[in-house]
Amino acid sequence: MKVTLRIWRQSGPDESGKLVDYQMDDVNPDMSFLEMLDVLNERLILNGEAPVAFDHDCREGICGSCGMVINGMPHGPQTLTTTCQLHMRTFSDGDVIVVEPWRSAAFPIIKDLVVDRTAFDRIIQSGGYISVATGSAPEAHSQLVPKPDADLAFENAECIGCGACVAACPNGSSMLFVSAKVSHLNVLPQGQPERETRVLRMVEAMDLEGFGGCTNTGECTNACPKGIPQASIARLNREYLRASLSGRR
Amino acid sequence: MSEIITNGAGTAPIGYTVGEDLVDRAAPDGPIETRWTRRKFAAKLVNPANRRKHRIIVVGTGLAGASAGATLGEQGYKVIQFCYQDSPRRAHSIAAQGGINAAKNYRNDGDSVRRLFYDTIKGGDFRARESNVHRLAEVSVQIIDQCVAQGVPFAREYSGLLDTRSFGGVQVQRTFYARGQTGQQLLLGAYQALSRQIDAGNVEMHPRTEMLDLIVIDGRARGIIARDLVTGKVSTYMADAVVLATGGYGNVFYLSTNAKNSNASAIWRACKRGAYMANPCYTQIHPTCIPRSGDHQSKLTLMSESLRNDGRIWVPKKAGDTRPPDQIPEHERDYYLERIYPSFGNLVPRDIASRAAKNVCDEGRGVGPGGLGVYLDFADAIRRMGEDKVREKYGNLFEMYERITGENPYKVPMRIYPAIHYTMGGLWVDYDLQSTVPGLFVIGEANFSDHGANRLGASALMQGLADGYFVLPPVIGNYLAQAKLVPADVDSPEAREAYDRSTERLERLLAVNGDRTPDSFHRELGQLLWDYCGMARNEAGLRKALARIPELREEFWQRVKVPGTGAELNQSLEKANRISDFLEFAELLCLDALHRAESCGGHFREESQTPDGEALRDDENFAYAAAWEFTGVGSPPVLHREQLKFEEVHLAQRSYA
Amino acid sequence: MLALWRSTIGKKAVMAVTGLAMLLFLIAHMLGNLKIFFGREEFDEYAHWLRTVGTPVLHNAWFLWISRALLVVCVVLHIVSAYQLSRRDLSARPKGYAHRLRPTASYATNTMRFGGIILALFIIYHLLDLTALVANPNGVEGAVYDNVVADFQHWYIALAYIVAMLALCLHIAHGFWSAARTLGAVSSATRARVYKAVAGTLALIISVGFLATPIGVMSGLVD
Repeated sequence: MKVTLRIWRQSGPDESGKLVDYQMDDVNPDMSFLEMLDVLNERLILNGEAPVAFDHDCREGICGSCGMVINGMPHGPQTLTTTCQLHMRTFSDGDVIVVEPWRSAAFPIIKDLVVDRTAFDRIIQSGGYISVATGSAPEAHSQLVPKPDADLAFENAECIGCGACVAACPNGSSMLFVSAKVSHLNVLPQGQPERETRVLRMVEAMDLEGFGGCTNTGECTNACPKGIPQASIARLNREYLRASLSGRR
Repeated sequence: MSEIITNGAGTAPIGYTVGEDLVDRAAPDGPIETRWTRRKFAAKLVNPANRRKHRIIVVGTGLAGASAGATLGEQGYKVIQFCYQDSPRRAHSIAAQGGINAAKNYRNDGDSVRRLFYDTIKGGDFRARESNVHRLAEVSVQIIDQCVAQGVPFAREYSGLLDTRSFGGVQVQRTFYARGQTGQQLLLGAYQALSRQIDAGNVEMHPRTEMLDLIVIDGRARGIIARDLVTGKVSTYMADAVVLATGGYGNVFYLSTNAKNSNASAIWRACKRGAYMANPCYTQIHPTCIPRSGDHQSKLTLMSESLRNDGRIWVPKKAGDTRPPDQIPEHERDYYLERIYPSFGNLVPRDIASRAAKNVCDEGRGVGPGGLGVYLDFADAIRRMGEDKVREKYGNLFEMYERITGENPYKVPMRIYPAIHYTMGGLWVDYDLQSTVPGLFVIGEANFSDHGANRLGASALMQGLADGYFVLPPVIGNYLAQAKLVPADVDSPEAREAYDRSTERLERLLAVNGDRTPDSFHRELGQLLWDYCGMARNEAGLRKALARIPELREEFWQRVKVPGTGAELNQSLEKANRISDFLEFAELLCLDALHRAESCGGHFREESQTPDGEALRDDENFAYAAAWEFTGVGSPPVLHREQLKFEEVHLAQRSYA
Repeated sequence: MLALWRSTIGKKAVMAVTGLAMLLFLIAHMLGNLKIFFGREEFDEYAHWLRTVGTPVLHNAWFLWISRALLVVCVVLHIVSAYQLSRRDLSARPKGYAHRLRPTASYATNTMRFGGIILALFIIYHLLDLTALVANPNGVEGAVYDNVVADFQHWYIALAYIVAMLALCLHIAHGFWSAARTLGAVSSATRARVYKAVAGTLALIISVGFLATPIGVMSGLVD
């Protein structure tokens, strides 16, 4: 099949970029989207042009490296699927496919489709953990965790930190990301001692990074390749308000 | 003593010389159960007030690296940590699916530290060091406690207790899991612990930064050269000790289940600086991966082995049969595993299932594109259990398969093919996880230590975390307390030499400006290795590979084309640099495979098999770990043997017929 | 408390609480409006009563003024929060997408800001019209019924009110549910459906209730 790629090209963080068209004449429908970009890049290299820079690593939808906005949809048209798991059979012959990087003030563009997502790391550093010194842990069965709580924690812990929620949100908000981690840790009994400080510090860090606010549009959940539920955002709000009013710091 | 093997073609000698045997002096003697306790007690301690003065470099942030960085930072050392990914959370440990073993015996099914130790030694086909493996089994218990306290959401029963399952052909249920994402959850736990130390200022994190060389001063590892992948700036980092946690080298095969950017550069360049490389020929192949769909294939995806519990594996009886599977009648199908191994059937171990698939494909009976695949059929299971039951048990795997192949496995049998999955070999380390370069510690998949010739399912996660959380911290303290190091200078001749060598290599890569892409070389190398040093190896094939690799390397340096400059984000340059290392390392891999004229674990030599076609070990001649000393690219390395003593477990042959 | 106000979630909470307070007011306002269908006398009497509520504990019209003050505080906080959050949201994506993001959310959700501006302008006009009476065609103090009827004799005034009430409907449909979520009340997908249904029903009831007056006047039911 044939497709036209319209890719955002930007040679550096401070350069201005533009969309550039590339004609792909021999696309195998069984290729993944990234494999198609590989083919394009091989061609560009041999033509002496700069290949398209994009983040990718595991290519099985779990590391969270890849991510591009494809025709206005983060990770493309298939739900619950990362870009690396998106296959060309999802598209039709003759399609024009617009490929852009995540757009967010908190995720500055490094090159082409590569953005800097260290803001997420700084949010986790601010409190997205349970403090337990190595070797000091009590016997694992000394504290039971009700299965529904464990399942809820797991559902939220599935977040791969790709940033699609931010890319999809009309406000560029990272609430879904933060809410997933707060939900994961705050519903577990192990997470209780730091329950208030965690959410207060993480929200403070989130705001400092320059993400927008949540207006409950739900775009984040719809774009999330792991289906982190919007209910997590309600939980984050509740945890934050509760912690703020508790006076604990 | 010296022996030279020359290649059959009679060109330049490809061979090796034999040096002195290597002895692990770090492990205490005496009862195996108390060795680790005694080692820890004997270890010298660093005064907590002095720890801040010690800088430790950790390269890699997978399970081993992140847990080590977090623990060392917490203990007060100044840790400088690196990863090539944009965030430490993305290291490839994240992709591990199955689970993590621990001798908790929560099921009261007869499990114990001793049994885990025994299973691991036997599973490793008697090519691992007993002391190390016993320690791993001991520490496994603590790992679960640690991870649970960190909030890792392991699967639980309705009682609130942790759930476990049996895995990888062992008879006890000792595998803890978090659905099919155990690696992700454990890594996030370690990443969060590491993040806490970064926030506390104990760990200085350098993401998107790749190690290029090891700096050795006065025989000790004192720093690394690393490149900032965003700006291209090459910098020198000095420290009192260097820890490599950079994972395995499976990507030398191009197509593997490893992440695209996983590479062997750190361990290979350390090897070139004097660290011995041990048992590189021990590579593990996983039988249930999704086959390639064409030449564009960039990596392979693994599906849980549990599929073999209910799926039946078959190929057409007739070679070259291109009919769709539903038009091949029952009597024209060959359920070859059930036929050859009637008692184990579709559940034979990984290596046996993999080789059998290769054999039928070699006979021209493979299915799918290129004839490289076999059917994994759930039709019987669906008839027996009903589609709902199958969906409940395997639904997420079926979805994954459909997402990748576009085929509905409820209607059409899945196609599977083996793929490189894990590498047991790695840098040689002693009981203290220290390489032959003092001050250079190697942990996780990057070292060779615990799995022998074959790794058991759910043991990789266990080893990574054992090394990082519990084993490395006391032994590295012992080194630092005794080493009496003088301050190392970024302007020392050794550091400058390493810096120059690294930058020159990058400049050379950019200067070739040939007519082939880096990936084209990687694909060719991978195909060569897969053909001659893959699931089954023989002398003639290995010699062919050994003759071809230097030519390919030569061609690479003549014809590779790397666009752009070194002073920017240049993914082609990163790739070419890694491939240049693979092209050197591959030669040692094949040489090791050639020299080990026995079959064991993941290394199958066609010359060494039982009449039934099973792997035949040669304990008389090969009960040793082969540690290779680098002497120059293309020049014969020196083999140092570490003789393995089996005092606790008696040598026995595996049998699955 | 200051930290709460400074945070995005805190400001959202302020919007939610003030929004809910205004919603309560609107329900009362709407129910009061319906009295117009019982005739001039009863409606004017009701309007007059609003000035005497709370007496003799409170001085005449104090209740009214306290309520007005509270409403002004709500409106101001609501608008200030919305303004500050919107500015923040816009600067969170300084460069937009070339291919417009494909929205999956409802029209109501995507028009909150725009609808809010319409409502703010409407409130100003509404106060000038029926409270200050400067913009009213009749404009006689105390003749509330006549003033209202005079308004809707003009199609353009009626249109302004109808458009504003449709905007109000959309604003409440997303606003109520969003406020619930912001205050942490919607903790599962099932409850989300319930809250969405409640939001939609409330929005419909309130806007239909308000629209009854102009439609009543225009259709001659009220004159």
